[in-house]
Amino acid sequence: MIRNSLLLSLILIVSLMVWGCGKGKTSLTLAGSTAFQPFAEKLADQYMTSHPEVAITVQGGGSAVGIQSANSGAAQIGMADLVKLPEEAKDLTATVVAQDGIAVVVNPQNKVVNLSTDQVRDIFNGKIKNWKEVGGNDVPITVVSREAGSGTRSSFEQIVGNINLKKDALIQDSNGTIRETVANDANSIGYLSHGLINEKIKALKVDDQDCTTESIVAGNYKLVRPIFLLVKGNLQGEIKNFIDYILSDEGQKTIKADGLLPAK
Amino acid sequence: MKLIGEKGVKRILMATAFSAISALLLIALFIINEGLPFIFKYGIKEFLFSSDWQPHLGKFGIYPMIVASLWVTLGAMIVGAPLGVAGALFLSEYVPKSVMNIIKPAIELLAAIPSVVYGFIGVMVLAPIIRENFGGPGLSLLAASIILGIMILPTVISISIDSILAVPQSYREGSLALGATTWQTIHMVTVKASRSGIIASIILGMGRAIGETMAVIMVAGNSVNIPHSPLDSVRTLTANIALEMSYATGLHRQALFATGVILFIVIIILNSIASVAIRKRMVKR
Repeated sequence: MIRNSLLLSLILIVSLMVWGCGKGKTSLTLAGSTAFQPFAEKLADQYMTSHPEVAITVQGGGSAVGIQSANSGAAQIGMADLVKLPEEAKDLTATVVAQDGIAVVVNPQNKVVNLSTDQVRDIFNGKIKNWKEVGGNDVPITVVSREAGSGTRSSFEQIVGNINLKKDALIQDSNGTIRETVANDANSIGYLSHGLINEKIKALKVDDQDCTTESIVAGNYKLVRPIFLLVKGNLQGEIKNFIDYILSDEGQKTIKADGLLPAK
Repeated sequence: MKLIGEKGVKRILMATAFSAISALLLIALFIINEGLPFIFKYGIKEFLFSSDWQPHLGKFGIYPMIVASLWVTLGAMIVGAPLGVAGALFLSEYVPKSVMNIIKPAIELLAAIPSVVYGFIGVMVLAPIIRENFGGPGLSLLAASIILGIMILPTVISISIDSILAVPQSYREGSLALGATTWQTIHMVTVKASRSGIIASIILGMGRAIGETMAVIMVAGNSVNIPHSPLDSVRTLTANIALEMSYATGLHRQALFATGVILFIVIIILNSIASVAIRKRMVKR
């Protein structure tokens, strides 16, 4: 009796597995940048609806993982959101599929609305310690940054320039937790992907330029980084089709609808 | 079972037991293999005692993390040990057995709550309270200590209760017969007799506190910083590994494994102390 039911469940499991990955589907895996991950998932869903023969899996992990897994073949397509691609990515074919603004964000209770690039740098370096030095209330500034290796952090530091993050800055490990921390702490300042701004946090103007889609497209807002898709070897087959789809009008419209900026 | 026979069963059970040990060995070997070369290449002294952790500049000093781990663990002890031991004494000495049999499993259920839930409560409830009442960023050494103190309660309470209940009833009766009050009996007889078990429970709790990762990442703020006050944000050894592992490549990755080696050594030391303490109790009885 027990043996029979064991056998039965085994058959069931095996047949489910065969059924699940069978059907001769082409499978694609994307991995990397957490900033682009939600967009990639949405694009993959749309693509799979029109191309049922393709199965696309999207994983996060961060830009370094994107580069690493594209190199090792763990993923066919790596996603990276860096201003400058590192040495390890030199053998990969890189395609810019979108651009992303990095918003400098504070709590909505904060009355500061604008910072210059120099002020941003001084705050993150710990030279400016109190909000009153930049026109806010007399309260200490809590700096929130990302962990070493984050694409958003290295892009932010490269664009602002000469950042040597102060030692007691809080470190959070994703765009989402940065947003939660800043939303919860009235004295904090952080930075995150422009697409993730919501009503719980306030994006500051940088050098008097708004962090809005229009301002970024017009080239006024300076904290912008490209988002790369990285592929080992030449673009071909399903990989090329999918990237072409992302670059098509329809794909770019999806990217734009949710807060990222089109590639061109 | 006749099919396998007595010897067969023994062999199968032996194989299962050894697979657990070999898993431990494999893990230890893997971490040491990945981490040790880095420690020697970079220099033990520099790695352990430099406070510069800047992976992108090739600087890997984990001193702030070691200090933070020790402070957070000590803080958790200060919060959790008195609460845990007092709770265990109350449950084992003052409350009827039937009540204890309900409360003890309920406390042990605390151990079943995932650490991410503790972390979430820390971020949403505890951190704002600390920030508003004491200042600082809220995500701090203090927050981590309190959360971890609560997390180790089940370990401390249930092991303490077991060792307190193991004290022969005749000891208590003797003390009470001499005219001592319940409290006098507890602190002069019961606690003394079960002391090594209570210490072991605290050390096991300590092991749990130093190894906890998720909750600490969420509430400690994670700045690489030697804390000057309980309100400062800190990063523990475990948090350092978990935060940066997903992004790390090359030397940075090896440095994180080396951090794991140090953590492993610290935990082995703590566990050995605990098992020595427990064995002492066995011998005494």
